[in-house]
Amino acid sequence: MAEYLVEAKNLCKYFKVDRKRMLKAVDNVSLGIRKGETLGLVGESGCGKTTCGRTLLHLYEATSGEIYFDGKDVSKLSGKDNMDFKHRAQMIFQDPYSSLDPRMTIGEIIAEGMDVHVKLTGQERQQRIVELLAAVGLTEQFAGRFAHELSGGQRQRVGIARALAVDPDFIVCDEPISALDVSIQAQIVNLLIKLQRERGLTYLFISHDLSMVKHISDRVGVMYLGSLVELASSEVIFKNAKHPYTQALMAAIPEVDFDGDGKKKIERLEGEVPSPINPPPGCRFAARCKYATDICRQQQPQLVELEPDHFVACHHCK
Amino acid sequence: MENKEKILEVENLGVSFHTYAGEVKAVRGVSFHVNRGETLAFVGESGCGKTATAKAIMRLWNPPFVEIKSDSSMKYNGEEIMDMDNKQLQSLRGNKISMIFQDPMTSLNPTMTVGKQIMEGLILHQGMDKKQAREAALEMLKMVKIPAPEKNIDSYPHQLSGGMRQRVMIAMALANKPSILIADEPTTALDVTIQAQILDLLQGLKDEMDTAIILVTHDLGVIANFADRVQVMYAGQVVERGTTEEIFKEAKHPYTWALLSSVPALATENKQELYALKGTPPDLLLPLERCPFAARCEYCMGICREKNPAEVSLGETHSVACWLQHPDAPEVQSFYDRRKK
Repeated sequence: MAEYLVEAKNLCKYFKVDRKRMLKAVDNVSLGIRKGETLGLVGESGCGKTTCGRTLLHLYEATSGEIYFDGKDVSKLSGKDNMDFKHRAQMIFQDPYSSLDPRMTIGEIIAEGMDVHVKLTGQERQQRIVELLAAVGLTEQFAGRFAHELSGGQRQRVGIARALAVDPDFIVCDEPISALDVSIQAQIVNLLIKLQRERGLTYLFISHDLSMVKHISDRVGVMYLGSLVELASSEVIFKNAKHPYTQALMAAIPEVDFDGDGKKKIERLEGEVPSPINPPPGCRFAARCKYATDICRQQQPQLVELEPDHFVACHHCK
Repeated sequence: MENKEKILEVENLGVSFHTYAGEVKAVRGVSFHVNRGETLAFVGESGCGKTATAKAIMRLWNPPFVEIKSDSSMKYNGEEIMDMDNKQLQSLRGNKISMIFQDPMTSLNPTMTVGKQIMEGLILHQGMDKKQAREAALEMLKMVKIPAPEKNIDSYPHQLSGGMRQRVMIAMALANKPSILIADEPTTALDVTIQAQILDLLQGLKDEMDTAIILVTHDLGVIANFADRVQVMYAGQVVERGTTEEIFKEAKHPYTWALLSSVPALATENKQELYALKGTPPDLLLPLERCPFAARCEYCMGICREKNPAEVSLGETHSVACWLQHPDAPEVQSFYDRRKK
């Protein structure tokens, strides 16, 4: 088995709704992210992608399960080790409009993390800010500006610069492009790929835009209602998916077919995602699955390695 | 297409926003028509005037802050929308032309049950009484495939999911069997599997009722699978128009090429650099003498910086506004030539 930089084992994150009900946002998810790779995490809204990413960074306390970062259990870290973890694992947020403090200049926003984690003199600090701005394709002048003076794409670049400021190894990119216009999306994705090449970064790329995920990821995990249903290389997920939900998801992508006769019949999945509050026992997808049988409604399938590096959680996939 | 009856004709439409900074000319002389029963898609980046055009058709902009230029002409079935008074507009909106708004989360009234919201239009336009309207509303909810319609007719919007709210919006918009449905980014806020359901639903309704649909979107995948004709907009102007096939297979405008290239096809090599259009759209506060795309265009020539090109017809349905079509223009490598490599 290859070395994992980040590994989650049976990770659960439940939120209490009231005295009786429990929202199972992430339920028994196990995954590993290898050094230098991009793991894409896809699924419909409310399936627990973001919660999963945040729990991995220990921004949420996991309800149960373990998270290992570079071989160390994250929940047991304290003092210096904890600081070290926070400095090596960073996050890029979804909404570039609300994730930058409107009262701080861009320079201050970028430097804030550095001030905590790295000791620098005033001059070094200034120089570092300029370097980071350059790395994300912004000029020096931006350091003195405020977030409201920037466009969405520029703000997302600042968010990336802020994450890079402490020289992390691992970055959780939580829907970094979904708030941006199509032509700007490509710019940001190109930037992320370039930075990964230059700095050997490891990404968890969370998105519901499947074609972008395909483009940027080495491996892709598919989530449905809090559980991971399939995990495999990006190639396999998009061409040879085994889980019925992944298949339905892939079939629903409206794709531009330049060479064929244009229109393809978009297949539809009946029904909607049920509520994650007190979900029924058995496979979460059973209610919408055309192959569902009795066992699916009673027993939750475990994630099994069907082929090398291809994990599927389904009773019927062999 | 068997019937080519024009249901809507828009000529030289101009929409301006009056702001503190000055007059923002969001739509600059746009002309187009919609045939009965067809789907026309508007595509372009945010701020290119797609929504401004769509809302202008319903005269939903209020003066003095937003002005529809007086030399604009919009004819619904031969009737001039610009000359209509409030009463006539009321019988137009929601009745003959209706609209589905972008965000299903905020465009329903949170204090009314969805049933009441659908009934409102029926009572107003069809003169139904409450009982008839409720029955008709129930019928509509069934048609858009809301689960448990008898129960959900009395639900408030917050009790429904995003996909269901969008279905309610569609039910509302179609309740009076309009001849034109304007769908402003109807699926942008939804997940792919729900998006496919909603598009299927619209397609079915279109076939059934012969409704014309104006689809505003930036998702080329949706257009490829759903639209009959496409009009590409940039900085408040139409830069290219044609049938879906013409736009995807024979596009001539560099901006259309740029849009097509920025789609990451599922077939492309991973982590390859994606095509990214550089720069940003022009400031709509400024007058535009030259081609609006000139500053970002790879093929920009001297003339492009001086004069805005006129629309040139390339066939019955296909036309483009670009100096490259001029007889003296050089041959350039198109998006398709590059793709072949």
